[in-house]
Amino acid sequence: MATHPALQDWQDKVLKKMLDKAPEMRPEFTTLSGLPAERVALPTVIDDAYVAKVGFPGQYPYTRGVQPTMYRGRLWTMRQYAGFSTAEESNKRYRYLLDQGTTGLSVAFDLPTQIGYDSDDAIARGEVGKVGVAIDSLADMEVLFNNIPLDKVSTSMTINAPAAVLLAMYVAVGEKQGVPSQKLEGTIQNDILKEYIARGTYIFPPRPSMRLITDIFAWCSQNTPSFNTISISGYHIREAGSTAVQEVAFTLADACAYVDAAIAAGLDVDVFAPRLAFFFNGSSDLLEEVAKFRAARRMWAKIMKERFKAKKPQSQMLRFHTQTAGYTLTAQQIDNNIVRVAMQSLAAVLGGTQSLHTNSKDEALALPTEDSVRTALRTQQIIAYESGIINSVDPLAGSYYVEGLTDTIEREALALMSRIDELGGVIPAIEAGFIQRQIEDAAYTYQSAIETNDRIIVGVNKFQAKESITPPVFRVDASVGANQAAKLKSLREKRDNVKVDAALAALATAAKGTANLMPPILDAVRLYATLGEICNVLRKEFGTYSDLKSR
Amino acid sequence: MTTRPFRVLIGKPGLDGHDRGAKFVSRALRDAGFEVVYTGIRRTPEEIAAAAVQEDVDAVGLSLLSGAHNELFPAVIAALEKAGGGDIPVFGGGVIPAEDIPGLKRAGIRSVFTPGTPVKDIIASVTALCQAQAAKV
Amino acid sequence: MRTPADIIAGILARNPRAVGRAISLVENGDPRAGEILAALEDSRVAAATILGITGPGGAGKSTLTGQLIGHYRALGRRIGVVAVDPSSPISGGALLGDRVRMMAHATDENVVVRSMATRGRIGGLCAAAGAAVRIMALAGCDPVIIETVGVGQAEIDVVRLADLTALVMAPGLGDDIQAMKAGLVELADILVVNKGDHPAAEALMLEMTPVARERGRALVRTVATEGKGIAELADTATALAAAQRASGEQARRRQRNREAEAVDWAVELLRPAIRAAIHSAGPGCDPRATARAALADLLGRPSESLPTLSEAAFKPIIPISPIVESVEAAHGCCSATHA
Ligand SMILES: Nc1nc2c(ncn2[C@@H]2O[C@H](COP(=O)(O)OP(=O)(O)OP(=O)(O)O)[C@@H](O)[C@H]2O)c(=O)[nH]1
Ligand SMILES: [Mg+2]
Repeated sequence: MATHPALQDWQDKVLKKMLDKAPEMRPEFTTLSGLPAERVALPTVIDDAYVAKVGFPGQYPYTRGVQPTMYRGRLWTMRQYAGFSTAEESNKRYRYLLDQGTTGLSVAFDLPTQIGYDSDDAIARGEVGKVGVAIDSLADMEVLFNNIPLDKVSTSMTINAPAAVLLAMYVAVGEKQGVPSQKLEGTIQNDILKEYIARGTYIFPPRPSMRLITDIFAWCSQNTPSFNTISISGYHIREAGSTAVQEVAFTLADACAYVDAAIAAGLDVDVFAPRLAFFFNGSSDLLEEVAKFRAARRMWAKIMKERFKAKKPQSQMLRFHTQTAGYTLTAQQIDNNIVRVAMQSLAAVLGGTQSLHTNSKDEALALPTEDSVRTALRTQQIIAYESGIINSVDPLAGSYYVEGLTDTIEREALALMSRIDELGGVIPAIEAGFIQRQIEDAAYTYQSAIETNDRIIVGVNKFQAKESITPPVFRVDASVGANQAAKLKSLREKRDNVKVDAALAALATAAKGTANLMPPILDAVRLYATLGEICNVLRKEFGTYSDLKSR
Repeated sequence: MTTRPFRVLIGKPGLDGHDRGAKFVSRALRDAGFEVVYTGIRRTPEEIAAAAVQEDVDAVGLSLLSGAHNELFPAVIAALEKAGGGDIPVFGGGVIPAEDIPGLKRAGIRSVFTPGTPVKDIIASVTALCQAQAAKV
Repeated sequence: MRTPADIIAGILARNPRAVGRAISLVENGDPRAGEILAALEDSRVAAATILGITGPGGAGKSTLTGQLIGHYRALGRRIGVVAVDPSSPISGGALLGDRVRMMAHATDENVVVRSMATRGRIGGLCAAAGAAVRIMALAGCDPVIIETVGVGQAEIDVVRLADLTALVMAPGLGDDIQAMKAGLVELADILVVNKGDHPAAEALMLEMTPVARERGRALVRTVATEGKGIAELADTATALAAAQRASGEQARRRQRNREAEAVDWAVELLRPAIRAAIHSAGPGCDPRATARAALADLLGRPSESLPTLSEAAFKPIIPISPIVESVEAAHGCCSATHA
């Protein structure tokens, strides 16, 4: 093998350091039939072009992954998104999942919580506890994490517009458990831009929303150094119908907007950038997806280094969570979905994901049953323990096809990002409807191809079968709404309402000015002010955002 | 009656923001010659009903993916009745388990489209609803 | 509610279903429409102010209209909105999305909104827009706002329908605004620079200030998404409308507009006969001569009595008398109001 000084450099500086710090899981790795598995397979000739574009894992530009040993050192985090009904019920499901071998929690909140309404608000009718757990106050959060020590688990929370409030509740639960905020680990999604673009759980207009986000960055850098303060999400952009290129371009454009905002708020890029995390979709075109992940990593490294002048390697690393593509699940022949999910998970693992959620086969029908959640988790475990993929880092590197696609995705995504820059950035591009229209057009093209049988979806427009048995569906108890409302009523009677009112008034004052909003939110949360009360104060100060026109 | 485009209102009751399906159906209906009033996401049943009446539509379509259909679809029917539009036919779609469909039909939802329904079937069915409604005027 | 009498009674009783139905009947050319149109000769219709909102696509017309609804509701006014979006020339269908931005008042019974498609009409409105506006006025709405489709320079129907027209512009729509300078900018009564929060808004204000001063037009800066400048815009419109009413300008405009609309309808009514006449005569080799001969035939007049083609060609479509005096009466001068 021809050597290149860069290879020696990587071996000495990056790889050795990692092996010293965190040895691999086994002394040696072999294939199923006993052949040695190379840690990082390399081209026979390593030239400058290879080093610059592909390079070595754990080193700039991170095309091959953010860690030099990847899954030989540690498997990805198997993190199943879950939550429904009440805090009590969800707490049970989390403890079940932990028993079954998940390695991180991922909290799904119901829609009223995600949009900052209490369960007894008229607008919450029918929605309480439906797609996630209903959290109205710290009291619910205490129950949600009952007997789950917050210094032992890492918790991801899918919460955006009211992320500051839920983070404050998590910190307050930690306090009650005696866990200092410095030791908390996890992620809040906190990515409001993609809510305007694709997911819809926004509350406030873009500018005050960005302020809340940078306030969180600033506060967390002091108080929760191990918490990922944002999970910049392409997942929902893809679910809304985008292409892989659009997913990468819009996600990284969003990311640039957050970095710009944080820098404008006076933060040092190398202080907050290491806490930025990403979240992508794992869709069905396996090799395109692998190329997508690799391209995104390379692009981000370059952007952080060249555009934002980030110096720390951690600032340049794109670390991401993957969820398999919900939009590809079919309501017909639902067992087929297990195969789709397996394929999509392979894409995520071959693409070097840091954590993974696998969808359950019945999610096109309703929330998943416990059985189907288990199968989804087993899918990840089979890949981790039986497939042999973990033996070698970025095993598809050097494939003419995959490297070519990686380059193409990078090139096209950069072109799309520069169109956004021309429009003045992501927020003006959202306000002008540019991004949404791109996605809508792509979704229309995709769906039209299915309607005309140009694109085959097995079991839907080809190979259909008559299905006689309807699979069991999971149902949320209809009484959740009433129960939450009753709990709220007694909470409002029991707590010290004079203090609550004073805390809410202090929050309003802070919102009018420029002070960081996390401390007054935390004060209000500790006094059991409800999520809806806190968000209503902010609604009054910031105004609300309304949906975009569809064309 | 002269031939004229049918008017349909597509509403998203409830709080979920997944409007991929609603937008696709809106666009497909437009391309089939319908005038489609789209309400945007997160509308209350009362807002949808008021809009449907003011817009004098021939039919109302609802899209919901959060699982709250058993509460919210009938709530739209009730709101329409109250707003003086009880005669306007309502159809719906989304993540709806088969076993919920009979109940929704009993509540007055005229057709229910589940994931994977070909759009031409949706268009045909909406056309029939609109034709019957227009004949009454 | 099927007979015209029922429907008219319903409109007068402010029943939203009746209002919606009446507009549909007119829009669809239903035989019952005639009686409804006749009912529009009414003092309520004469008294209501019709405010046109026009401007390029995406400038913020609907968002602004949504804010104006809130403003007028706070004053206790009952308000109507007719919002027009384009029909697809291919399918004839349309996506009517303006309402999305006006949903804050969706359940307020004193806010009536109707979305309409152009149905082949090219002037920025639909043929039944005038009737729709008047039906809303008969149902007690005052003012009635009419939002056009996103326009270029040629779509100026709105100035013939509204008592007052606001042209909404926004930074970042460069070419569209250049194109408009030759058309709508001349015709609008109020110039609005929306998206005042945009970094380039200042430049657009600077660009429009001399234009407004030259023509004696009010210039207002707004941030529709934040409700800024809305009160100024509404106050400007109210003052202008009052001044126009007092000076007789409103009556003159309305008369002129009605005449112009009548001409349109006359041409519309003649069209089938003309088509038949020309069809039976054959196109000939000079279509212009064919037209003249066919029309003369139809009118039973010698063709010499018709205007010559050079006389007929390219008259300015709609001469608008300037209203500089009234703006100054309302404002003292043409002020650039900042949000
Ligand atoms: N930043 C900013 N955005 C605005 C403002 N007003 C409107 N917008 C945004 O501009 C976009 C277009 O607004 P609309 O109100 O739909 O514009 P429109 O002129 O009615 O558009 P068409 O009906 O399609 O011609 C939306 O995304 C609005 O949120 C404003 O004052 N500031
Ligand atoms: Mg509009």
